[in-house]
Amino acid sequence: MISRRSILQGATALGGLAVADLAGWTKAWAQSAMHKPEAGAKLQLLRWKRFVQSEEDAFLKLVAAYTKATGVAVEVLNESLDDVQPKASVAANVGSGPDMFWGLYSLPHLFPDKCLDVTDVCEAVGKKYGGWAKSAEVYGKSGGKWVALPVAYNANLINYRISAMKEAGFSEMPTDTDGFLALNQALKKIGKPGGMALGHASGDGNAWVHWLLWAFGGNLVDKDDKVIINSPETEAALEYGKKLFEAWIPGVASWNDAFNNKAFLAEEVWLTNNGVSIYAAANRNAAKGDAKAAKIAADMDHSFWPNGPVGEPTEFHIAYPLLGMKYSKYPNAIKSFMEFMMAVENYEPWLEGAVAYLSHPVKGGDDFAFWGKDPKLAPAKPAAFRTRTAGHDGSVGEKAAAALADFIVLDMVANACSGRESIKGAIRIAERQAKRLYR
Amino acid sequence: MLPAAAFLLLFLAYPLGLGVYLSFTDARVGRAGSWVGLENYEFLAGKNPLWDFFAIISNEVVGTKYELTGDPVFWLSVFNTLLYTVVASALKFAIGLYLALLLNRHMPFKAIIRAVVLVPFIVPTVLSAIAFWWIFDTNFSILTWMLRSIGVLGEKEVINYLGDPLNARASVIFANVWRGVPFIAITLLAGLQTVSPSLYEAATIDGASRWQIFRYITYPLLTPIIAVVMTFSVLFTFTDFQLIWVLTRGGPFNSTHLMATLSYQSGILGGRLGDGAAISTAMIPFLLAAIMFSWFGLQRRKWQHGEGND
Repeated sequence: MISRRSILQGATALGGLAVADLAGWTKAWAQSAMHKPEAGAKLQLLRWKRFVQSEEDAFLKLVAAYTKATGVAVEVLNESLDDVQPKASVAANVGSGPDMFWGLYSLPHLFPDKCLDVTDVCEAVGKKYGGWAKSAEVYGKSGGKWVALPVAYNANLINYRISAMKEAGFSEMPTDTDGFLALNQALKKIGKPGGMALGHASGDGNAWVHWLLWAFGGNLVDKDDKVIINSPETEAALEYGKKLFEAWIPGVASWNDAFNNKAFLAEEVWLTNNGVSIYAAANRNAAKGDAKAAKIAADMDHSFWPNGPVGEPTEFHIAYPLLGMKYSKYPNAIKSFMEFMMAVENYEPWLEGAVAYLSHPVKGGDDFAFWGKDPKLAPAKPAAFRTRTAGHDGSVGEKAAAALADFIVLDMVANACSGRESIKGAIRIAERQAKRLYR
Repeated sequence: MLPAAAFLLLFLAYPLGLGVYLSFTDARVGRAGSWVGLENYEFLAGKNPLWDFFAIISNEVVGTKYELTGDPVFWLSVFNTLLYTVVASALKFAIGLYLALLLNRHMPFKAIIRAVVLVPFIVPTVLSAIAFWWIFDTNFSILTWMLRSIGVLGEKEVINYLGDPLNARASVIFANVWRGVPFIAITLLAGLQTVSPSLYEAATIDGASRWQIFRYITYPLLTPIIAVVMTFSVLFTFTDFQLIWVLTRGGPFNSTHLMATLSYQSGILGGRLGDGAAISTAMIPFLLAAIMFSWFGLQRRKWQHGEGND
């Protein structure tokens, strides 16, 4: 286990870093930056715990460079993905805690009036990179103001084994839901089944069930936040989901976010949904001389999700907004950190460190050279531009966040797929819960 | 007297009162709410809680499909909590008492064996829960592997420990029992040691059988400590959180969601403090009933107060 807490204080951590070439640049940056940190400022940043080690390394390097440029020490705290939101909410409630939170989806919309207004930073970033993705504006803005910096997206893709797909009689990943079902059924027949999480998996579970619901035109709410889950479209989605479930490996109902990674690397499942972290893990183990991992890495690939009857992508990728808290004593330092982070000299190497686990939210990110390095990672590139936002047409605020946290759609799909509830019964339960949230 | 009262007020009465108050509001994390009266309870428990209570038991036990007037997930969590508490506590008591009686005998390495028994209790819950998480993994379980090697399961057969409602409930109860037995065993052992050997000698001379010795000497003398230890055990089991959270997060299909885990999910993760507080507050009547039962049910013997046996 890597320790949960990585602390960087001042320049002490800079020892081994090759910053000589950057030194001149950072100095110049500090001169020309829009925001000057307050004298004696210190920042504390609570972030989701990294999934790819090289991303964290690159991030800490960026933090160290920032400290070097401005003299502002930044303490980085790590929390598991699910724990960032409650901590941030409590901090917002009591008015003290870390200066910055780096969380999920609609985190800033849970308490928009407690978030630091970062409009000037975000507008400048947007301008520099040729504009934000639409989804990024939805996540970052509240009432016309930017309340968070949507730093990156985590693409959730179909992960599959090329050989298994070919053995099942498909030369490439189907692009529609019918073909996708046929593939899953064929995989089961050859004894190399797929599987996706139906336990309370906030990342992978929510990603695939929302793809499913939206692909068939189902929606939890409409644009006025009226609950419209009880629809023929939802029924069609659940009928389809049931068939997928039947083709999958047993046990997916117990899967949390980590299970599919384990099962894929153990060759128990041959198709699942995930970020690119399985591929990263396989490569990492392969580099250590693990022959099985090397075989998996060479034989696996990623793809977009197939389109359903609605005829457009209905993917659901995780967004990671970074927000500053109003209660912080150093608002300018927060803004200056955000500015520094998004400077292309820092942002691109950091994103590269994430080896496609993270994707850019700005148009200019398409030109980052590293995207061309490994074609297998290419499907992660347009995540911000293909994703729908939490709640889709509805508001992205606390109601959508609560619906995700309560697993309303996930439980509905799990209940219906497993036959624990009838399709109509599962929808009714979800409808009642959603109406309560969206009253 | 005053410091004690202040202490109680600050650390017990205030949080409890605040929790109950929140359950009557629509407060969210990060924002104070307004008074909504019984609305949270109405949403959770429905218009006819008594009907819902029996309906969920019938739905879960005999598979009827009654429609509830309240929130099915809430009622499911009530059912799960009661099932979890009753089954786990009964098993813990039976195994714990048996273990205590065994440990009370004279045997070599007595002290070491007694210390070893405590191990499950000493290991932090989260650690043991993570160990169980692997033991109950569908594809990597050591149990499955063992059953395969001795030929009970076929080469490709798996047991869906945490993916099937019945199995998942059995698995989490098993883990809870494993963890809870030492506490009961060691406490009862302490109780057993206070029983004067002369009583056993007298009984043996009178020709009492071993069952009679247990029934008429050991058990009556042990009841006060049984009452205390079982009260604690029921309270701990009823309010269990960590084990479930690590193993299943309440899944599959919410079939292992306890009231405590559901309260956390609604109140903290979902941000709806009002609902979360209402779910926790709804635990209080059940807990009071459990305490009353063990207190008055198990401690009614008047001999404790120096009077005759009832």
